[in-house]
Amino acid sequence: MKLRAVAALGLTAALALTACGGDSTGTPSTTESAPAATTSASESESTSDAAALSGEVAGMGASSMKVAQGAWTAKFMEDNSGVRISYAPEGSGAGREGIQQGKVAFAGSDEAFSIEDNKAGSFAACSADSGVLDLPVYISPVAIIFNLPGVESLNMTGELAAKIFKGDVAKWNDAAIAELNPGVTLPDEYIVVVYRGDKSGTTENFTDYLHAVAPSVWDNEADKEWPYTDGGQPAQQTDGVKSSVASGPYTIGYVDASAADGVGVAHLGKDGKFFAPDPEQAAAVVDNSELESGRAEGDLAVKLNREAEGYPIVLISYAIACAKYDDANTAELVKAYLTYISSAEGQALAAEQAGSAPLSDEMMGKVKAAIDSINA
Amino acid sequence: MTNTESTPRHAAGGSKRPADSITGGQLPKHSWLLILALGWGIAAGILSVTDVFSIGGTAVLGMVLFFVLHYVASFAVEGRRRAADRLSRSVVTTFFLVALLPLGSLVWEVVSRGVARLDVAFFTETEAKTHIAGAQLGAAHALMGTLQSTAIAFLISVPIGLFTAIYLVEYGARTKLAAGIRFLVDVMTGIPSIVAGLFAYSLFSMIFGPGSAYTRTAFAGAIALTVLMIPTVVRSTEEMLKLVPNELREASYALGVPKWRTIVKVVLPTSLAGIVTGVILGIARIIGETAPLLVTAGYFQLTNPNPFSGTTATLPVMVYQSLRTIGPTAEQLHALGWAGALTLIIIVMGLNLIGRLIAWKFAPKTGR
Amino acid sequence: MSTQTPPAEQVGTESDDSHSLVRSKARYGDALFSGISSGSALMIFVILAAVATFLTSQALPAMTSEPDHTGLSEVSALGGFWQWALPLAFGTVWSAVLAMLMAVPLAVGIALYLSHYAPRRVARIFGYLIDLLAAVPSVVFGLWGLMVLAPTLHPFYKWLNETMSWFPLFNAWQAREDGELRPVLAVGGQNMLTAAMVLALMITPIITALSREVFLQTPLLHEEASLALGATRWEMVKQAVLPFSRPGIISACMLGLGRALGETMAVAMILPGKVLVTFKLLTYNNPNTIAAYIAQNFPESEGFGKMQLIAAGLILFIITLVVNMIARGIIASRREFSGAN
Repeated sequence: MKLRAVAALGLTAALALTACGGDSTGTPSTTESAPAATTSASESESTSDAAALSGEVAGMGASSMKVAQGAWTAKFMEDNSGVRISYAPEGSGAGREGIQQGKVAFAGSDEAFSIEDNKAGSFAACSADSGVLDLPVYISPVAIIFNLPGVESLNMTGELAAKIFKGDVAKWNDAAIAELNPGVTLPDEYIVVVYRGDKSGTTENFTDYLHAVAPSVWDNEADKEWPYTDGGQPAQQTDGVKSSVASGPYTIGYVDASAADGVGVAHLGKDGKFFAPDPEQAAAVVDNSELESGRAEGDLAVKLNREAEGYPIVLISYAIACAKYDDANTAELVKAYLTYISSAEGQALAAEQAGSAPLSDEMMGKVKAAIDSINA
Repeated sequence: MTNTESTPRHAAGGSKRPADSITGGQLPKHSWLLILALGWGIAAGILSVTDVFSIGGTAVLGMVLFFVLHYVASFAVEGRRRAADRLSRSVVTTFFLVALLPLGSLVWEVVSRGVARLDVAFFTETEAKTHIAGAQLGAAHALMGTLQSTAIAFLISVPIGLFTAIYLVEYGARTKLAAGIRFLVDVMTGIPSIVAGLFAYSLFSMIFGPGSAYTRTAFAGAIALTVLMIPTVVRSTEEMLKLVPNELREASYALGVPKWRTIVKVVLPTSLAGIVTGVILGIARIIGETAPLLVTAGYFQLTNPNPFSGTTATLPVMVYQSLRTIGPTAEQLHALGWAGALTLIIIVMGLNLIGRLIAWKFAPKTGR
Repeated sequence: MSTQTPPAEQVGTESDDSHSLVRSKARYGDALFSGISSGSALMIFVILAAVATFLTSQALPAMTSEPDHTGLSEVSALGGFWQWALPLAFGTVWSAVLAMLMAVPLAVGIALYLSHYAPRRVARIFGYLIDLLAAVPSVVFGLWGLMVLAPTLHPFYKWLNETMSWFPLFNAWQAREDGELRPVLAVGGQNMLTAAMVLALMITPIITALSREVFLQTPLLHEEASLALGATRWEMVKQAVLPFSRPGIISACMLGLGRALGETMAVAMILPGKVLVTFKLLTYNNPNTIAAYIAQNFPESEGFGKMQLIAAGLILFIITLVVNMIARGIIASRREFSGAN
């Protein structure tokens, strides 16, 4: 009963649009069972509260958030029967273009608008004097997965990972790997790299990491497409990489951490400290990074620090909304929806459905404050 | 095989062979079974000795050995010509079985993985509740989308296809224009399905703009499917109309019935069964199409009642999408995807069967 | 076929003139009906023109412009549209040719079996079984190929690469820049050979159905004459059936080839494709096909990238068009030939 009460409180808070973001954060035990528990509680709750909300709002953007946004929109519409909200996972670029051209009221993107682009007046979706707010709402660690019979985890530094994925380290029993993993029996077999053959934010994030920590080895800038295509097997989408690695011994690949079950997972770090791609470690590295300076109040672009304490390969997806809308109802709907997805309940739902890392309390508070500043 | 049959063949074939016995030129009737067993046995033996034994390898090597042994045995006993005949028979029979093997495997895999979720919820629920752990998921949204896009494609392509065929047979007949149209229909038959999808996408994105809600819809998907369905309808209807005996038309004209009423009252009813078959096969052709719908209709987890706005799930795309899911809901969605694949096969095979039954039942009796 | 139908319109016009009582009504009805019919026929022309126009209008800018960063990054990485599109066209043709090499003997053999070898009573049912293959949606074929066929064949590929790597097509070793040889055998059997096998399976029923029709049209007299002269069944097939059916088989094959060229989902799901040119069958460095590349990259590409994909689609359209025209040409020439008989 206590769980139900807490979860229902979080939901009510989200729906009533009251500024209590920090208060409604759940304890870890709450987040795990909250979605299942709230379904019964919410039915009675929402009918009375949700009557205030009605209308239609469209969003578009990054496909990395596809599963999470699917769950969020479905749940939000279930709780607010008068609302129709959609999210088209057409890609980050399409989302940013969409809000600039006024096709959608909010966007999703794997990167924030640059300071130069985020100027009042360049967004048809917003009021003429308004820029947009970049709000980190979805944090997803990217895991390096491998298939070595009998080995469940390996320690790696960024440089070693770069060498393996570039093909400079050819075999599993290479001294560079053995050195970091004393006591692990490594076979005398060639490493087969599996990479994403389609364009993907995961590849962009992963190559950005490799370039940031080992620029001498990984000499290509971050890119949505894999640069060293000669030395590996391409696979389509996350499931393609996962199933290729799972079915082929001596392979290595990279996927969203939510897909990393059942195969070996690399721990990343340096100087003898290695971190697993857990939600806590991912959230930690975001907290240990700084917000980009020189931005407007509430525009929260994270400047990821790849060397910070915590698991370093993290994909941050932003919800992008106007600071000020022309239409009051649109503003209200966007606020309500963003409040929901960045709440403890919304984050727990995404964690359960998409395997993302929930925002830390601190970040949640910042996002909440930013959302509250949205007006019409 | 009786002896009387074999004698002339033997005389014609092996003139060098001594005809010392009346049964000399004939392998025993079921000797091929023995040789087949021998071939497989030797294959298994060879592979075991060389330490690369596998069932598949044994089967393949065994078949090859069977061909060789059978040929050699037949050559020795019956002569070159009979041996070649036997070889050709075993090869074409094997080819037939080889093609059935994957069909059997495929049907077995899809049925065994998909039958569990082919329940009531499959037809009534959508993927709306993926966020509730353990909730029943279904494919109602995809079935709805497939129904929408197929129905629209049907409504557009049947009239166009029917009237085009009428033009080709009744009005155009042997004009240059008709020849040109026939050629174009042939060209249309060869359009790859993904190109049809790209066409519909370019059409709608030029009208509404690339990101608009009206660009990727069930209707756009239906337009792509129409391009694929029209040629099937035209070709089959044309063939059927040609089969209507001219005497029927002439009799009708002689009674003073105008041409258009002759077509409506005499020609079309006569060939109705064939036309219906053609249309059904046309639907079967498009209902399993994935690529054009992936490009045009896209995907949506809920039922989208409006075919003219917003992306829509369709059954083939749902199969493709749900089996690519990974993470906590993957297991549930995979089961849903296999059930969807099974449903697709049942629908397409069912349509084919119905089409053939109609064709067979009402087909004009021909000589062969 | 058309030779048997005397031009119906002459009869039609006569009847119009001779019945003045119903003349006006009939004329309106006829005018309307023939108008709708010709209109529909013209619609075919309009639709095809629209297909060509819209594809071209979207494709031309992509084909002619300089590579830059607004489109697919693979295009700019390779230095131009054609450097990107031609390898894809190669992959399309190569996969289809491989599929044909497997499917044609198989399909013609099955057609022969069904028409001349199988017991007559069961031939119809067997034929329907083969037709069932054509009824399987391509996405299901893709699933089966990826999850069942490819893993099953992987040990065989491994063995092929180990024992027959002297044969260039089966060689899956690649030298790095420093000369070191590395294995590049595809993981899980996902290679060109598996993709081509599935393609072959998909086009087999098409070729079988058409060749079977042709085989059944062999004049019975020819067959009986051959048998009466003491020919074995195989000799009869060689002497009477195959020569008669050759043009029909060729056109059936061309239609199958057209289908193999345009097949999308099965290849997209099975083949880990790249933009390159190679004939090797077992490696993970496989040339992708146009159709599969479009399906794999369409959802994630934006603006100009989508136009480049449409341009690739136009190239595919032209390739299949050429193949189909050749097929139709063969059929047409055969029709004239048999009409003379």
